[in-house]
Amino acid sequence: MRDRAVILGGLALFLAAVTWPAWRTLASTPPPPPDLQRPAGATRCVAPAAFMRASHMTLLVEWRDRVVRDGVRTYVDADGREVAMSLSETCVGACHTDKAKFCDRCHDYARVTVTCWNCHVAPPPPAPGGAR
Amino acid sequence: MFEKALVGGRGYWAWITALLAVACAGAWAYGAQLETGLGVTGLSRDITWGLYIAQFTFLVGVAASAVMVVLPYYLHDYALFGRITILGEFLAITAVVMCGLFIVIDMGQPSRVLNVLLHPAPSSMMFWDMTALGGYLALNIVITRVTLEAERNGSAPPRWIRPVILLSIPWAISIHTVTAFLYNGLPGRSFWLTAMLVPRFLASAFAAGPALLILLCLVLRRWWPLRIAREAIASVALIVAYATAAHVFFILLEVFTAFYSQVPEHVRHFTYLYAGLDGHAALVPWMWVSAALALAALGLLVVPGTRRRESTLAAACAAVVGSIWIDKGLGLIVGGLVPSPLGAVADYVPTTREILITAGVWAIGAAMVTAFFKITAGVRSAHR
Amino acid sequence: MSAGRRVFLRMAGRAAVATAAGAALGCAAGLPRRHRLGIAIDVRRCIAAGGCRACIDACHRAHNVPDIRDVRHEVKWIWKEPFERAFAAEDAETITSALRGQPVPVFCNHCDNPPCVRVCPARATWARDDGLVTIDAHRCIGCRYCVAACPYGSRSFNWIDPRPFVAEPMVRYPTRTRGVVEKCNLCEERLADGKLPACVEACPERAMVFGDLADPASDVRRVIDERYAIRRKPELGTRPQLFYVI
Repeated sequence: MRDRAVILGGLALFLAAVTWPAWRTLASTPPPPPDLQRPAGATRCVAPAAFMRASHMTLLVEWRDRVVRDGVRTYVDADGREVAMSLSETCVGACHTDKAKFCDRCHDYARVTVTCWNCHVAPPPPAPGGAR
Repeated sequence: MFEKALVGGRGYWAWITALLAVACAGAWAYGAQLETGLGVTGLSRDITWGLYIAQFTFLVGVAASAVMVVLPYYLHDYALFGRITILGEFLAITAVVMCGLFIVIDMGQPSRVLNVLLHPAPSSMMFWDMTALGGYLALNIVITRVTLEAERNGSAPPRWIRPVILLSIPWAISIHTVTAFLYNGLPGRSFWLTAMLVPRFLASAFAAGPALLILLCLVLRRWWPLRIAREAIASVALIVAYATAAHVFFILLEVFTAFYSQVPEHVRHFTYLYAGLDGHAALVPWMWVSAALALAALGLLVVPGTRRRESTLAAACAAVVGSIWIDKGLGLIVGGLVPSPLGAVADYVPTTREILITAGVWAIGAAMVTAFFKITAGVRSAHR
Repeated sequence: MSAGRRVFLRMAGRAAVATAAGAALGCAAGLPRRHRLGIAIDVRRCIAAGGCRACIDACHRAHNVPDIRDVRHEVKWIWKEPFERAFAAEDAETITSALRGQPVPVFCNHCDNPPCVRVCPARATWARDDGLVTIDAHRCIGCRYCVAACPYGSRSFNWIDPRPFVAEPMVRYPTRTRGVVEKCNLCEERLADGKLPACVEACPERAMVFGDLADPASDVRRVIDERYAIRRKPELGTRPQLFYVI
C-alpha cells in the first residue's frame, strides 16, 4: 500500500486529537475543591445529604412536574415536615440564601451549566448583618 | 455506493465547494439565531411563521411528488419511468431532510424538539406530520438503497421491496395531506380553513415536484450518463401540465368563493396579498409575479410543441417551480396570518440572517441531490 | 363460507360496533365540568374609568411580563383593544356610540374547547379540570403552533431574552426564557393561595367578576344570568369563558 504512511499518520493524528482533553487534564494541576458555604439558619435539608449530592436535580424535576402539571405545591419530607416546592422561595429563599457561594461554586467546579436561572428569579443574598 | 459521489471533475468539486461555503455561511447565521433567539428574523407577534415554514411547506410537496413517477411504474408497469423513479425518490429524501432542517431551525427551543416524541400528542397534527415524514424518509432510504444496489449488480431487486414501494405511494399522499391538515384545522385562520387546502397542496406538489425533477434531469444529463429517455421526460412534462392546470384552477376557485360571497373574513386575505391592505403591500408584486409565471408556464405546457422542446420545457418548469414556491410559500403562510385575529395588518420582511440560513439549507439540499444523482450516474455508467 | 371465517367476521363485526359506540359516547359533547372558571367583565364600568391600566400593570408585574417596546417582539398577557377590534365588528359606524372605539380588556379566554390545547405537539399546554388553560414553559418547544391556532391572538412568543426587559423581577414567580410561548394563566399561582386573579383584584371600578361558572350561586354565574353578555367569536365553537357584559 502506497498510502500506508498517510493512513497511519492520519490515524495517529486523530487519536492524539481525540484524547487531547485527557492529556490536558492529566498534565495540569487539579483545581481546589469548591468551598461551599453551608446555610446559616437551616440544619436539615428536605432529603438526606447523600441523596441530594447525587440526585438533587431528580428531586427538582419531580417538584417541577408536581407543581406545574399536577398543581400540588406542598412537599412532605421523610420527617413529615412540609415545605413549599419552590426553587426560589424554599431552596434558595429559605436555606441556601447565597446561591453564588453554594450552588454556583459546585456547578462551576463540575462545569455544569444550569438553565434554571434563565427563568427562575433568585432572591438576592442577605446583607452581611443578616437582615435582607 | 457513496464513493461514487467522491469522484468528479473540477466543475463538480467547484460546485460542491461553493454549496458547502453557502451552507457554512448559513450555519454561522444560525449560530447568531441560537444566541439571540428568533428575534433575528423578521417575524413578529402577529406573523409568527414566515420564510422557514414557507420553505417547509413547499418542500413537503416536493417530497410527496415522487409518487407521480413511482405510481405509474410500480402500479401500472409504465416502463418509461423505469430509470426515473430512483431520481424521484432521491429528490424526496433530499426534500424531507431539508424539511427537517427548516423545522428545527424554526423552533424556539430546538434542543427540546424530541419532546414531540417523548410526550406524544395524537390530537396534534404536528405530531402526525413528524411521524409521517420520518416514516417516509425511512421508506425512501430503504427503497433507494435496495433498488440502486440491484441496478448496480445487474439483477432484479428482491421481491420484498415491492410492497415497501407500494406502501410509499399512499404514504406520499398522506405526508402532504397531514401538512395541509396543520393549516386547515385551525378555526381562527379563515384563509386556511378550507377542505380545498388539501387538493390545492397536492396539485401544487405534483406540479412543482416533477417540474423540479425535470429541471434536474435536463441539467445533469448534459454531464452525466443518467440514461433518461426523452420520452420519459416528455411523460413527466405531461404530468406537470395537468397538475399546473389543476393548481391554477383551484386558486381561481378560492378567489371566486371569497369575492362572490364577499364575506370580509375571506376577502381581506386576498386583498392583502394581491392589492395590499391599509398601506401594507409587501407581498403584492410577488403574488402577481407568481400569477404571471403560472399562466406563462401553463401556456408553454399546454401547447405540445413548446412542451416537447426541451428549452421551452425547462423555462416552463422553472416558471412552475418559481410560481408555486411563492404562492405555497410566503403567499400561503403570510396570507393566512394577515390580517391577524384582531384585524391588525403588518408586513413581514425576512432579515438578511434569515435569508442566509434559508440559503444554507437550500445549499445543503442542492449538494445532497447533486451527490445522489452523481451516484446514480456512476452506477449507470459502470453498468454498461 | 367456512365456520372459522364466519366466527372471525362475527367477532370483527361486534368489535367494530363496540368501537364505534365507544367513540360516539366519548365524542358526544364532553361531560359537564364540576368546576368551570370564568370572568365576567362589565364593559361600561371599565370604559367609565377612561385610560385605566390597573389590570394590565398588576398582571404584568405579578408575572414578570417583559416590557418590550419593539412592537414586533412585544409580550403581553392582557391589554386593551378598541371594541370593534375585539369583537371583529364589520360596520364600526353602526355600533352604539357608547362602545364605538372604546378600549376593552382582552386576554386569554380559557376556552372550554381550546384549539391551542388540541394542536400542541408536546402537551406543553393543557386545560385543567376547572377549565384553566395553562402552559408548561419547561416543555414548550417554541413551535408557535398554538399561536397560530388561537383565534384571539392571546398568546405571545419570546423572540428574544425577556429578562433584560423585566424591571423588577418578582421572586415568587419565574420569568420565561427566549423561545417559549406565554399567555395569561388566570393567576393559577394566586388561586392556589386562595387569592383572586391580579387583574380582578386590581380593578378600581370592580368591573371584573371572577368565579366558578358551574356553581349556580357564584357571583359570576349570577351576573351572566341577569345581564346580557357577549363573547368573542362564539361561532368558532371554542366556548370562551370571558363574558363581556355590555
